[in-house]
Amino acid sequence: MSAPQTAATKPLLSVRGLTKHFPIRKGLFGKATGAVRAVDHVSFDVMPGETLGLVGESGCGKSTTGRMILRLIEPTAGSVEFDGIDLVTLGTRQMRALRRRIQVIFQDPFSSLNPRMSVGAIIREGLTIHRIAEGAAADTRVRQLLEEVGLRGEYASRYPHEFSGGQRQRIGIARALAVEPSFIVCDEPVSALDVSVQAQVINLMQDLQRDRGLAYLFIAHDLSVVEHIADRVAVMYLGKIVELAASEDLYREPLMPYTQALLSAVPVADPTVKKSRVVLTGDVPSPANPPTGCVFHPRCQHPAKDAACAEIVPPLEQKAPGHWVACIKQPPTGVDWAIQQTAGGTKQPTRYLPVLGIPTPSTTN
Amino acid sequence: MADPLLTVRDLRTYFYTENGVARSVDGVSFSVGAGETVGLVGESGCGKSVTALSLMRLVRPPGRIEPGSAIDFKGRDLVAIDEKAMRAVRGAQIAMVFQEPMTALNPVFTVGDQIAEVVRIHKGGSRQEAWRRAVEMLEVVGIPSPEQRAHEYPHQLSGGMRQRVVIAMALVMNPALIIADEPTTALDVTIQAQILELLRELQAKFGTSILLITHDLGVVAETVSRVIVMYGGEIVEEAPVEELFKNAHHPYTQGLLNAMPQVGHERDRLATIPGTVPPPTNWPQGCRFHDRCSYAWERCLVEHPPLYQIGETHTSRCHLAVEPDRRAQPHTPFVVQEASA
Repeated sequence: MSAPQTAATKPLLSVRGLTKHFPIRKGLFGKATGAVRAVDHVSFDVMPGETLGLVGESGCGKSTTGRMILRLIEPTAGSVEFDGIDLVTLGTRQMRALRRRIQVIFQDPFSSLNPRMSVGAIIREGLTIHRIAEGAAADTRVRQLLEEVGLRGEYASRYPHEFSGGQRQRIGIARALAVEPSFIVCDEPVSALDVSVQAQVINLMQDLQRDRGLAYLFIAHDLSVVEHIADRVAVMYLGKIVELAASEDLYREPLMPYTQALLSAVPVADPTVKKSRVVLTGDVPSPANPPTGCVFHPRCQHPAKDAACAEIVPPLEQKAPGHWVACIKQPPTGVDWAIQQTAGGTKQPTRYLPVLGIPTPSTTN
Repeated sequence: MADPLLTVRDLRTYFYTENGVARSVDGVSFSVGAGETVGLVGESGCGKSVTALSLMRLVRPPGRIEPGSAIDFKGRDLVAIDEKAMRAVRGAQIAMVFQEPMTALNPVFTVGDQIAEVVRIHKGGSRQEAWRRAVEMLEVVGIPSPEQRAHEYPHQLSGGMRQRVVIAMALVMNPALIIADEPTTALDVTIQAQILELLRELQAKFGTSILLITHDLGVVAETVSRVIVMYGGEIVEEAPVEELFKNAHHPYTQGLLNAMPQVGHERDRLATIPGTVPPPTNWPQGCRFHDRCSYAWERCLVEHPPLYQIGETHTSRCHLAVEPDRRAQPHTPFVVQEASA
């Protein structure tokens, strides 16, 4: 199966056809009457030392994807290959051993730390479970880790409630780093933080990545944060990846109409910039009953949108080197015009790039 | 600027807690003109939400508005009037839009009932009339098929729709001022764009003044005409929006602007403000920002800066206003020096 690849080097993480359907149960015997397609055939790679951003609005399946990679949620179908090992078929004990190499940082620094454990105990737990260090050696390691994330070593004896949100997130990072992972799933790691503190944590994460060669799957809804930290970005909508490209390409020239609308909705912190905005009407449809064909077609603003969009499920195809897009109306496409016509298509694919308000200060009003 | 609709003078709201007196809002003065949109910006704990609650007189014990505070609204001092008179103002002349629409709405009443209730309380009249008005308002805020939607409960609506209902409820009595406390923070970015557009449209249509409270400088840049920046329970800078983004004076405002990653900008390291917002029970001596500031000198440690006039419409609470040469000598902030010591 063809899937987005970057370079010739071997990916650290390879996700193929990852799917999660949550059954909708009704009636006395809990008969499944349908399914919420939270994640639907998602495929991507993460290279060693790379940051892949995963963006989308609430309910698009980005967190579920992250949790399936960690096996915190069992996938319905698909494979997750980490350094050549298929995680989905791994037994509990083997998976636990592998968790030393795959760690997670959660969004909420308030609920992800056990309030009854001291900071030292929280960080030490991983060292003990994976038999990395014991006794005095573990104490020293805990202090080192705290200092590495910008906290004082003596904080080890304090409890989470004594810290601010930003400091707690640093503790969460220290806990993840304790077992020396090569890959970290970061699920909205800075969303709960104030701007000035958010910047501190982002810089810390970038420093750690540089020093330790970490790879991140950075899940976030804030597009400006993702642009800042990610090398490549995948955009999800209703459980599918609709665009995947190098960060510069995606933000400079988004090709999927959904990405275009999403980017144009980001407020620009410059009152002199007048943005031309693609305002999406309506809400995201329910993943229990997604639209046929292209899941975005009911809200799409592409001028060539026609009946074929409601019929054909657009494949994620390469429109430019390393730039993958799921849209049959954005040329070039492998879905021939003849096929589109058979499906009721009336408008030929045309290149559509609405003027986005990506800062080009205007002199006129 | 037009004649001020709202003038706040020396507002102090303190909370008497076990850990000491939290001076959450500590001497705030500003005004909002008729038809104007003013942004109140700051990070968590700076006092912006408590300011909003004080204007509505919704501060609960152990918090209270201190004597000497004045909130002049249409010629009346809202601090002095009794609760009955305040109830006639609240919801009718000053309305509030909260951050989380799910908690702002009552889950056991239909949205139509909840809007109609506001009408019946403030204007009286028949149930049918109030209901008609509710349906009308739902249409104004862009809810499709409002007759049916009015019969639905909050959980049946999406987040964006719920926020539209909350706005409909705020606007139903045609108030002179709307206080919007983080109205789009809980929403996705595409829905946020819809709601901000709606607020702009409605303001143009009804001439309502808006006090927009937010931590998001992007939202501020696109929505308001004048910005007030709060830190440590005080106003630290105030200016028209273009001026603030072009010539921010206060080191805190500059820090906020630089710390924000922006789409389309160079991918280098983000600037940060070291340290965190101090607790309101224990504001630092002198300038409240001095321990996190790269320019702070002896004066900042001991002398609390007044709001200096920087330009005709621009004020800043920073001693750099009178000693501008100090800007040439940035240094490591005290909070970092202490931590590494």
